[in-house]
Amino acid sequence: MKENREGSKKRTQSRLFSVFTLSLLLTLPFSLLGQKNSCLECHRELDEQSLRAPVDGFATDVHRQFGLGCQDCHGGNPLQDDVELAKDKSFRGAPGKAKVPEFCGSCHSNSEYMRRFNPNVRVDQLQTYWTSKHGELLRKGDTNVAVCTDCHGVHGIQASNFPKSSTFAWNIPETCGRCHSNQEVMKTYGIPVNQVSDYKQSVHATALFDKKDLSAPVCNDCHGNHGAAPPQVASIAFVCRQCHPSAGDLFTQSPHKAVFDELGISECEACHGNHKILAPTDEMLAGGSNDVCSQCHDAGTKPHETGVEMKRKLSDYVSAFQSAEDVLASAEKQGVEVSEPRFKLQEASTALILVRNLTHGLALADMEAKLAEGDKVISEVKTLGGAALKEARFRKTGLVIATVFIFLLALALYFKIRELQSKEKS
Amino acid sequence: MSRRKLRMSQLIRNVVAYLESRFLFSALLEFGKKKKVPEHKYSFWYYFGGLCLFLFGVQVITGILLLLYYTPSVDAAHESILFIMSQVKFGWLIRSVHSWTANILVGAIFIHMFSTFFLKAYRPPRDLTWISGFFLLVLFLAFGFSGYLLPWNELSFFATRVGTDIAGVVPFIGKALKTFILGGPEVSGATLSRFFWLHVAVLPAFALVLLGIHIFLVQVLGMSKPIGISKTKEISFFPTFILKDALVWLLVLTAIGVICVFLPWEIGQKADPFASTPIGIKPEWYFTFMFTTLKIVPAHIFSLEGEVLAILGFMLGGLLWMLVPYLDRRAGREMKSPAFSIAGAIILLYIIVMTALTYLAPRI
Repeated sequence: MKENREGSKKRTQSRLFSVFTLSLLLTLPFSLLGQKNSCLECHRELDEQSLRAPVDGFATDVHRQFGLGCQDCHGGNPLQDDVELAKDKSFRGAPGKAKVPEFCGSCHSNSEYMRRFNPNVRVDQLQTYWTSKHGELLRKGDTNVAVCTDCHGVHGIQASNFPKSSTFAWNIPETCGRCHSNQEVMKTYGIPVNQVSDYKQSVHATALFDKKDLSAPVCNDCHGNHGAAPPQVASIAFVCRQCHPSAGDLFTQSPHKAVFDELGISECEACHGNHKILAPTDEMLAGGSNDVCSQCHDAGTKPHETGVEMKRKLSDYVSAFQSAEDVLASAEKQGVEVSEPRFKLQEASTALILVRNLTHGLALADMEAKLAEGDKVISEVKTLGGAALKEARFRKTGLVIATVFIFLLALALYFKIRELQSKEKS
Repeated sequence: MSRRKLRMSQLIRNVVAYLESRFLFSALLEFGKKKKVPEHKYSFWYYFGGLCLFLFGVQVITGILLLLYYTPSVDAAHESILFIMSQVKFGWLIRSVHSWTANILVGAIFIHMFSTFFLKAYRPPRDLTWISGFFLLVLFLAFGFSGYLLPWNELSFFATRVGTDIAGVVPFIGKALKTFILGGPEVSGATLSRFFWLHVAVLPAFALVLLGIHIFLVQVLGMSKPIGISKTKEISFFPTFILKDALVWLLVLTAIGVICVFLPWEIGQKADPFASTPIGIKPEWYFTFMFTTLKIVPAHIFSLEGEVLAILGFMLGGLLWMLVPYLDRRAGREMKSPAFSIAGAIILLYIIVMTALTYLAPRI
């Protein structure tokens, strides 16, 4: 009985093992097929570089990171080894340039589909693209304009927050410049090609490239990205106000506002320019070496004279500020601790920034009031700096007196030692 | 002489007699007068011992004065140093003298040690003087290391982090040692409290005991004469040698004063534990030869970690250096021992080269 039971147990175990092995052998080809991508396998072997490129590019593509494959854009069946079978009914191939926006938009405009990957992702790119200058011209049949792939790439597309992406903040000027700095491409449209080179000289580019400040504006921050278009005269002021609201508010309150509107002059751009916006200096004020007021106001006129007065007051303040800083620097160089007055001087520096901003409002009285506050601080700092310099002199005098005293003591010791040694000798 | 002056001189005589009967000063003076110090072409090096003692005294006095205003807490340490340097009358001088003297003292100790080594003054019966001196060097290096963190500035914070990371590599006990030094896994307020405790309580207590032993041995055994110099002139320890010592002290004090007026010790930026380590951070100059060695040592030597091996090497080197009176048998028999002189010269050269490399080739 016992032997029979053991024999039946062994048979059951053997059957179970056979079933397991068989099922493993049956499922193995499917699991191998799941990893198969005949598109990449074939394209990797192709002679033509342009046909091989998708393989390399797709390795780092953001779509791949989200688990998408060739078939998700191009259709077809990557499980098939045979080219004809792989290019089945669903195969869409590569779209012509004119079809690219719709091609990408088939997924990127589908909020239900996009939500699977990122619930916060925007899905209005295609819609805004058709409102852009690029989209408008494409609709008219101009296929030289930029479509999705011109800015984002084709198979090596990366998320715009990835520093190597062509749409990452500090790569955007180069991306736009590929067309907009190209004389050949732009001559058809009569657009100048100096925007990128101008931008690179601007204060914004300095902030972006030198200070690595990613909040500094690049092309798309003023022109829009998918809906890229040159801002109109009326909208330039609103574009700049996105980052400079205080200067904008002051300008709105100034007498310039009504006149600019009436004459159709763009607000900020009239004085600061557009792509080549340099760091503003006091020299831009009336009477300065880069006098922008004289564009509209002749020298000697009352408005120009007001500008001259503003500049004079600012120059006086800057000189006073610089002299306070020099006093502190001199004391510091002589070894006196001046971190407290230096900290106080920051208040005067803040006042200077505020006053410079107030020039947009043309309110001389407001400027004078703020300058008076700063002058008071500068005066206090100068007093402290003076005390620090006095302390430096005191230290040096003390050192001389102490050194003379010690020297005399040392001399006395020296003679005493000589006397003692001569006594010891004798 | 007026009656008043007579009365005054009588009073002074009485006070002196009172103190004399209790402290026996005359016996001490007699000892000092009888004690002779040899004078020869190498006597110059004798003055570094006395100079170290003088600088230690300066450290004690300035340290006690700094304690009046220094606050050993993360929130107030840097601020209190700022206050001392800018608001306290002569605070800048006291703090600068303390910091500069600390560095000059370590330098003087090194010179004193190497001069003692090359003159073979360590030979018995002065072996214990050498060993106590060795421990004094270790103590003063610990003084320097613990004091460096107290201003709680950026440089000292990160240098302490680097220094304690090195301690953490010591085989077997490294991790526990690092945690003990830091009072936790990272440089923090606990570390500051611990370093302060070490700097003003523990180390001074040990230093006073060791210094007492060292000076007692020097007084009992007298100054060593270099090997080969048998006939020398002699001067009395008191007052001639002491006055010569005092002359050196005065000159060094003047030099420290000049340095402090023209180059007051900097305060630096307050330490920010969340900031990234500044580029080129390095410990105090007297640790840099070890620091640079650890930087250039290969990652692995004979399948052992290079850094660990280097630390073990330094520990073994230190032990051999301490035991040199017993290793140099020839010197013990009053015979010249050039092998030890050459070894000492190589070690000195190594320290100088490695220290110079730290500053001249920081990217090494």
